[in-house]
Amino acid sequence: MNRSLGGLTPWLIQRLSAVLMLAFIGFVLAHFLVDPPASYEGWRSWAGEPGVGIAACLFSVALLAHAWVGLRDVTLDYVKPLATRITVLTLIALALLGTGLWIFRILWLGRA
Amino acid sequence: MAPEVIKAARTSSKPESRTLSNGHPIRSPAPRPVFLNLTQIQIPVGALTSIAHRVTGIVLALGFPFCLYALQLSLASAKSYEQLRGMAGSEWFKVALIAFIWALSHHLLAGLRHLLMDIGIGSHLADARRSAWAANVGGVVMAALAAGVVL
Repeated sequence: MNRSLGGLTPWLIQRLSAVLMLAFIGFVLAHFLVDPPASYEGWRSWAGEPGVGIAACLFSVALLAHAWVGLRDVTLDYVKPLATRITVLTLIALALLGTGLWIFRILWLGRA
Repeated sequence: MAPEVIKAARTSSKPESRTLSNGHPIRSPAPRPVFLNLTQIQIPVGALTSIAHRVTGIVLALGFPFCLYALQLSLASAKSYEQLRGMAGSEWFKVALIAFIWALSHHLLAGLRHLLMDIGIGSHLADARRSAWAANVGGVVMAALAAGVVL
């Protein structure tokens, strides 16, 4: 078996990122249940808090890694010809990279 | 034994085997039985959970850019915040939101089930079937709750 395609690393990434995302989703959900932001100003000031920003950054990294491992596994299962496989994986990687840059821009906007 | 003899012995014992360019033999596996009669095929509840976990993962990946767009609108300015509130009142937005909440809930519950099994909780068949049911039903319940709130 090709080591770069299987093994412990993607398995571990998928689980660690899942736990991290679960924690963040729980945190955001709890905030919205206990103290839902009533206005744009309230929402923006909460989103601009350093703790929230750092947590959102960690969540984003976990999400992108999780999406990569998941979409990669689906691609490897269903797309067999090598050229198509490489093309599809490249497109997924580019899309996730672009999403990462977009997240960075939004989080920066929220902190400004 | 000389390498030539080994090679000869290998090829003679498997006359129809093919070889790679470097001379290593490829064993072609016997064709597997394929049974795809959808009216008779058995799909245990765990298989349904597993398939749905994949489908919802893809749905979440496709839906995420829309979430990001909403987040951007909500933060960019007071005007875009109100624009998002206006969009959130439309029917298509509500239906999409409920579908997304179903996908997220199912994916989360099925994922939690995997995490628990990894540490040895609920990996026996009866428990695994129960938790598979719980994930499938739990996703629908969360979607119904969301529908109750937004509709």
